[in-house]
Amino acid sequence: MERRRQPVAGLIVAHNLPVREGISVNSSQEAVRFPMKILVPVKRVVDYNVKVRVKADGSGIETNGVKMSMNPFDEIAVEEAVRLKEKGVATEIIAVSLGVTQCQETIRTALAMGADRGILVETDAELQPLAVAKLLKAIADQEQPKLIILGKQAIDDDMSATGQMLAALLGWSQGTFASKVAVEGERLIVTREVDGGLETVDLALPSIITTDLRLNEPRYASLPNIMKARKKPIDTKKPADLGVDVTPRLQTLKVEEPPKRKAGVKVGSVAELVEKLKNEAKVI
Amino acid sequence: MTSLVLLEFDDSGIKQPSRAAVAAATQLGETHVLVAGVNLGAAAAAAAKLPGVAKVLVAENAALDHVLAEPTAALLVALAPNYSHILAATTAVGKNILPRVAALLDVQPISDIAAVVDADTFVRPIYAGNGMATVKSSDGKKVITVRGASFDPVAAEGGNAATENVTVGDMPGLSKFVSAELSKSERPELTAARVVVSGGRGMQAGENFKLLDPIADKLGAAVGASRAAVDAGFVPNEYQVGQTGKIVAPELYVAVGISGAIQHLAGMKDSKVIVAINKDEEAPIFQVADYGLVADLFNALPELAAELERS
Repeated sequence: MERRRQPVAGLIVAHNLPVREGISVNSSQEAVRFPMKILVPVKRVVDYNVKVRVKADGSGIETNGVKMSMNPFDEIAVEEAVRLKEKGVATEIIAVSLGVTQCQETIRTALAMGADRGILVETDAELQPLAVAKLLKAIADQEQPKLIILGKQAIDDDMSATGQMLAALLGWSQGTFASKVAVEGERLIVTREVDGGLETVDLALPSIITTDLRLNEPRYASLPNIMKARKKPIDTKKPADLGVDVTPRLQTLKVEEPPKRKAGVKVGSVAELVEKLKNEAKVI
Repeated sequence: MTSLVLLEFDDSGIKQPSRAAVAAATQLGETHVLVAGVNLGAAAAAAAKLPGVAKVLVAENAALDHVLAEPTAALLVALAPNYSHILAATTAVGKNILPRVAALLDVQPISDIAAVVDADTFVRPIYAGNGMATVKSSDGKKVITVRGASFDPVAAEGGNAATENVTVGDMPGLSKFVSAELSKSERPELTAARVVVSGGRGMQAGENFKLLDPIADKLGAAVGASRAAVDAGFVPNEYQVGQTGKIVAPELYVAVGISGAIQHLAGMKDSKVIVAINKDEEAPIFQVADYGLVADLFNALPELAAELERS
């Protein structure tokens, strides 16, 4: 079973479209003609490797004293933005995070990867995707980016909604679950991971991208870049400054442990396995 | 209280995840369904046969071909005033479109519900299914995606609903379909298969996935993979079972060379019977497997194929 293409896809001109001169080779000219500011929202979530626990009182997931990191799909978003800048397509990358003061660390990570400056919308309130999308829209109205790249889903609430909602509020096109992105002047060509394979769409800019797993492999920030990131500016705002009511629309009544599966038996041979599947489990 | 369900369909009829979404909607009350696109005759007829469906809305318009998010969301928003709940399956299509609809209606979507408690209250997995959250929506309208593995799909036949053509207004021209590259497979779709055989990093290379083929053929199974196998480039992403891939709940799930990371378990632990084949007897997959075989898969797979052939 052959893989259809290489795992690392940066800025690639979609193969089934007419190749316009100067896209990948001489793209700095494109940047002059179409200056592109990119906004990348980054979420602080419980680290991917942490085995989370439901709180004993059923009020939620235990996050006290747990390692926090940037949402993995957001790392892919930052990486894609940095690659677009390295290719001369993007001119500036702004990393935005919304939430508690410590979200600054998440922004610093994005700055160390190559984003130019950060915006923190600071609040202790619970933010649900609708509120997040409204806050990001207010920032987009101020910053006027041509492209916003988000992770396809946050690994905490697993909503997979913010990018699509932001596109709706801005009245922009959306390229969700992207595995390949190409900027063609004022159009954006996005290859999307869909249930049966891949789909390519041609979108009007400005636009929204949400990242899927195979879009790229995010870099590790180098020590010099981590040092440099400390000097990059982070602007702090409050939701009220942006005129957004962030009141949650969903109330969490309780959070429970999922039903546990009990471990079964070990079988000694393939023959025993087939016999058990046939006569005991009766599934074949 | 009436619900509207956006259906997905292909040449063989209404897709199973959409029929599961219809099952969820019927728990809420009267259920209407929507088919959108071009050449909808067969899809509309198939939709009308779904048990529990009172009405089929048919939106035939070239702008709606390929279910692009921008026009399809605009259509659902135009239809929304008549409905209390708008639902779709948690699929690439549903996840692409419904949040856009929700934002346009100023509603917080409720993603990937696993149970309906009442008209406002639903259960949904969070943190890769490590918690099941019961959430109550204060929005006037609910916009919901439905986890296919958690609801028994309604049958493909048995109903007799009326169909009604919908007039489609101006559609936003923000996006154009260019091409699709869909895997051609004789096998059932992952989310609809009765049996799923999945390979993990232990398969070592993409070409070794062909060891799963005779077993899948014999069992009528779909072939899946862990995220590690996709990350390693063994197979395309559409094979991925897990938190960030597809959620499956077949009668039989066979995990081969899969260690059992949390994110993979999130996608398959509702399967009825789980078999794990792994040479590492400490692999966490054995904690959820009904039948575990500690063996080198390169020996066990040909043996299993032969054993199935014999029996």
